[in-house]
Amino acid sequence: MTGAPGDALCLSLRGVTKRFGSLSVLDDVSLDVRTGERCGIIGPNGAGKSTLFNIIAGELPLTSGTVRFLDRDVTRLAAHARARSGLARTFQTTTLFPRLTVVENIVLALQAHSGERFALLAPRSRYRKRDEEALALLDQVGLADRGDASIDALGYGEKRQIEILLAMAQRPKLLLLDEPTAGLAPGDASLVTEMLKRERSGLTMVLIEHDMGVVFDIVERLTVLHHGRVVADGPLDAIRGDAAVQEIYLGGVL
Amino acid sequence: MSVRRRWTFALAAGAVVALLLPCLGVPTFYVSLLTQTWIIAIAAMSLDLLIGFTGLVNFSQAALFGVGAYAVAIAATRFHVVGFLPGLGLGITAAVVTAALFGLVALRAEGPGFIIITIALNQIMWGLAYQWVSVSGGDNGITGIVRPHIGPLDVSGNTGYYYVCLVMFALAFALLMTIVRSPFGLVLKGVRETPRRMRALGYNVWLYRYFALMISAAFAGTAGVLFAWYNQFVGPVNLSLDQSTQFLIIVILGGIGTIFGQFFGALVVVFLSNELSAVTQRWMLVLGLIYFVIVMYAPGGLVVLVPRLWARLRGRPVVLAADVPLEDR
Ligand SMILES: Nc1ncnc2c1ncn2[C@@H]1O[C@H](COP(=O)(O)OP(=O)(O)OP(=O)(O)O)[C@@H](O)[C@H]1O
Ligand SMILES: [Mg+2]
Repeated sequence: MTGAPGDALCLSLRGVTKRFGSLSVLDDVSLDVRTGERCGIIGPNGAGKSTLFNIIAGELPLTSGTVRFLDRDVTRLAAHARARSGLARTFQTTTLFPRLTVVENIVLALQAHSGERFALLAPRSRYRKRDEEALALLDQVGLADRGDASIDALGYGEKRQIEILLAMAQRPKLLLLDEPTAGLAPGDASLVTEMLKRERSGLTMVLIEHDMGVVFDIVERLTVLHHGRVVADGPLDAIRGDAAVQEIYLGGVL
Repeated sequence: MSVRRRWTFALAAGAVVALLLPCLGVPTFYVSLLTQTWIIAIAAMSLDLLIGFTGLVNFSQAALFGVGAYAVAIAATRFHVVGFLPGLGLGITAAVVTAALFGLVALRAEGPGFIIITIALNQIMWGLAYQWVSVSGGDNGITGIVRPHIGPLDVSGNTGYYYVCLVMFALAFALLMTIVRSPFGLVLKGVRETPRRMRALGYNVWLYRYFALMISAAFAGTAGVLFAWYNQFVGPVNLSLDQSTQFLIIVILGGIGTIFGQFFGALVVVFLSNELSAVTQRWMLVLGLIYFVIVMYAPGGLVVLVPRLWARLRGRPVVLAADVPLEDR
């Protein structure tokens, strides 16, 4: 696959296989995500969904296969280098900076690509604009008044919102969301869903989610993973009607 | 009085006392111990940058300190490089280069692995100092190091050298406080807290740890140079694992992640080890007990002791870390 003009693939996996010792977690997974697409990944616990994210983001080396991002082979690229080329992710278990303030957390995301991250002889108060930028982002989700609180002091729902806000502050070209509503009460979950729906259109998203309500609200296409294999992949409605998928995962939900 | 003004006041008062001390008829012995305190505090602050702000528990800080000391000692006794700035430059360079090499090895690991490797590296440097007799003088060390003049100023006397070390401490303190409050300092704290998220945000975690190690080495090397001139002798003991452990104890006593606390940590350790060893043969045991009591009753370090007692009297909690802006305290 070469990057022919008009080739609008954002992410392309070919034959991705991952084994932990003798345990095969991903088996020959191929997946294409077009630019601007909002794609969902579902599958039972242990299907290999988070492992797939870890491989796309570059946190885990794969056993075999290739990962292409924005028409570039990134299979051997380090996680931070992938992030710098426009890939952002959130984590299934909240992964923030617990002893830093909410604003500092977001500033870390905002300054990740700017030269000021190497500025060591000027106090941060010289960069007030960053703090204001962070507060503006917080304001969008109604958390501006929590800016000076440390992450430790936030409620779980608020932490989940910041988890996503951090990835959004990276201004990514591809956003990977690993169960953004995991463990949230329905009220908080809908806050998170609203956040994702409000995100600028055209942002390519891959969403892992167990909550079908959230999935149907956000994505237009669904991939089903089972025992590390893709068992179905297509538009929402097609997957909804797929008998094999209902058997494996959706059960009586639909 | 606001909290900020109270701290400014305390700092100013401390500075005045520090400046006047040698003129107040304090015995030379104590002036000399205070000089040593300024030097050791610089080394401890350099370690705090790694432990408190980057999350790297480095057990080879004494090697960096010692390399600085040996560099200036060898340059002075063999090559007659005796100036203040040349000596300082040499010591800093030697320490930074050593750290750059150490980093390549030690930063392959994280957490406990990093600790073990730095212990090994420190032992190697000690072995070199002990056995490479033609260069280091072996067990006998290097004697006859002469304190430099600074331009026309003769600062080689007890009082003169006290001021040299005081000024160097103040400079190191100001620089380190600036660094930990800078955007770069925020990155270090991010690396300390959650390296995984830092990578996901696009930060090269390895590189920042590497930078932090070299910056820390520049300060540790400075302390080493000052110590060589202070002691006028350098031996393997100055880059031993014991010395690394002492720096670590100072950081824990002073207060991890406070920078300023390292002055108090150094003060207690320098004075106690000198005073106690004169009083009793079992001074190590007594020292250990005292450390234990401090850690038990002043968790967070000596630097928070006074504000905490004060806060308890007024029934308010106190937060103290170098990265919390004074206005928020
Ligand atoms: N680092 C690892 N070492 C060994 N096994 C692992 C590792 N990471 C994941 N696994 C295993 O791989 C399988 C897939 O895990 P993964 O976290 O990808 O599942 P998942 O689809 O995200 O599940 P869930 O819905 O519960 O989050 C599990 O059996 C898990 O135990
Ligand atoms: Mg998972």
